[in-house]
Amino acid sequence: MFYVMSCPAIASATETMVGGAPLKPWWFWPVILFFFCLILGILAVMAGVGGGVLYVPLVSGFFPFHLDFVRGIGLMVALAGALAAGPGLLRRNLANLRLALPVALIASTFSIIGAMLGLYLSRLNPNLIQSCLGATIVGIAFLLLFSKNTEKPVVTKQDAIGLALGLQGVYWDDGARESVEWKTHRTLLGLFMFILIGLLAGMFGLGAGWANVPVLNLLMGVPLKVSVATSKFLLSITDTSAAWIYLNRGCVIPLIAVPSIVGLMLGSIIGVRILAVAKPKFIRYMVITVLLFAGLKALDKGLGLGILG
Amino acid sequence: MTAMDNQTIKPSKDQIIYANLLLIGMLSGIVIMTITYIIYVTGLLPSHIDMSVIATNWGKNINDYLEITQSPHGWGWLYLLGKGDFLNYIGFTLLGVLTIICYLVLVRGYFRKKYWIFFTISVLEILVLSLAASGLLGSGGH
Repeated sequence: MFYVMSCPAIASATETMVGGAPLKPWWFWPVILFFFCLILGILAVMAGVGGGVLYVPLVSGFFPFHLDFVRGIGLMVALAGALAAGPGLLRRNLANLRLALPVALIASTFSIIGAMLGLYLSRLNPNLIQSCLGATIVGIAFLLLFSKNTEKPVVTKQDAIGLALGLQGVYWDDGARESVEWKTHRTLLGLFMFILIGLLAGMFGLGAGWANVPVLNLLMGVPLKVSVATSKFLLSITDTSAAWIYLNRGCVIPLIAVPSIVGLMLGSIIGVRILAVAKPKFIRYMVITVLLFAGLKALDKGLGLGILG
Repeated sequence: MTAMDNQTIKPSKDQIIYANLLLIGMLSGIVIMTITYIIYVTGLLPSHIDMSVIATNWGKNINDYLEITQSPHGWGWLYLLGKGDFLNYIGFTLLGVLTIICYLVLVRGYFRKKYWIFFTISVLEILVLSLAASGLLGSGGH
């Protein structure tokens, strides 16, 4: 990823943006974007993060597109990835519909509000949204670095809301060769957290897997495998509502959206194959570092400090 | 693993239908998107906005971009389906409506089983997604 960012093509193309007018042919940036997203897709799988969370900060930081378009396309990228993963997760019963449905209703409703708020703030003061995005990305980098998820959290007593909604289940753990029963606790607090997650996802065009998993796993006591699978499935619903707001507003430019979506999906397929022979831990730390840098860059740009160029 | 475990570990029939619909829709969406993009960039159909104009303006905010390029918003793209660039919206729209279609399966299933809480949640979700898709929220005003 460092190589891609420092490659002469990207560096020289950035230099050719004189007075906002590109001197490169129209196809130059879409082609670069396709290969960039291909690599991003590979790294996202290996680092265990969603494509959307990498796409928005990196593309807005290193490509000449306005943040309005990057956020809209970021949501389409996250949506396509979630839709692709959904069928397999549902068939294996890893993504739990009962758990996903109430949470999705809250998150998708608030992601609409987040998207509208994001577009409003962007019109009001683009630097404000850029700074908020930067701060959020820095926060996500630290969350990914320090969050220690639990494989099978211990839930001694299910709360009343979890019980009423039937938020419990059984899944087959292939590794341990056993069926694992689970149930939720602190359900009300968890549901409230999805208000915030929905707002952030819609406002910044980020897929919200980075937030869904800790809330489901650490707060509500859902086993990690079910949390990860349900979170991925959840994105197909949450991102749909926010993506519609951006799509209807005209923020999804086909010329750059399709190379992004197809590039990231192909990259994810390649990433799954590479995963078997690579060292994901190193990749994960590298991606977190790049994310941190991209967040600081967005913060720097938004606050007009000019420290990171 | 007990017989009961086997029952609960297996996904429900509605869940399988949901997964199948999602798979067919997602694959169709990606194929359509790829084909329409090829039609677009090869110039088989004329574009509403010249690609060099897009490249000159993709650094501007959405309001300025729409004004300069005279692009539609909301469902206005339907009137421009004969143009290569807006033909791509068929794929985007398919990805966008997929979840709504899948939820209709859940609504039917919950209604039959009389699971009223989840029936209500599913109906509300369809309403929320349909409202977002309708273009009534936040798509106006250049």
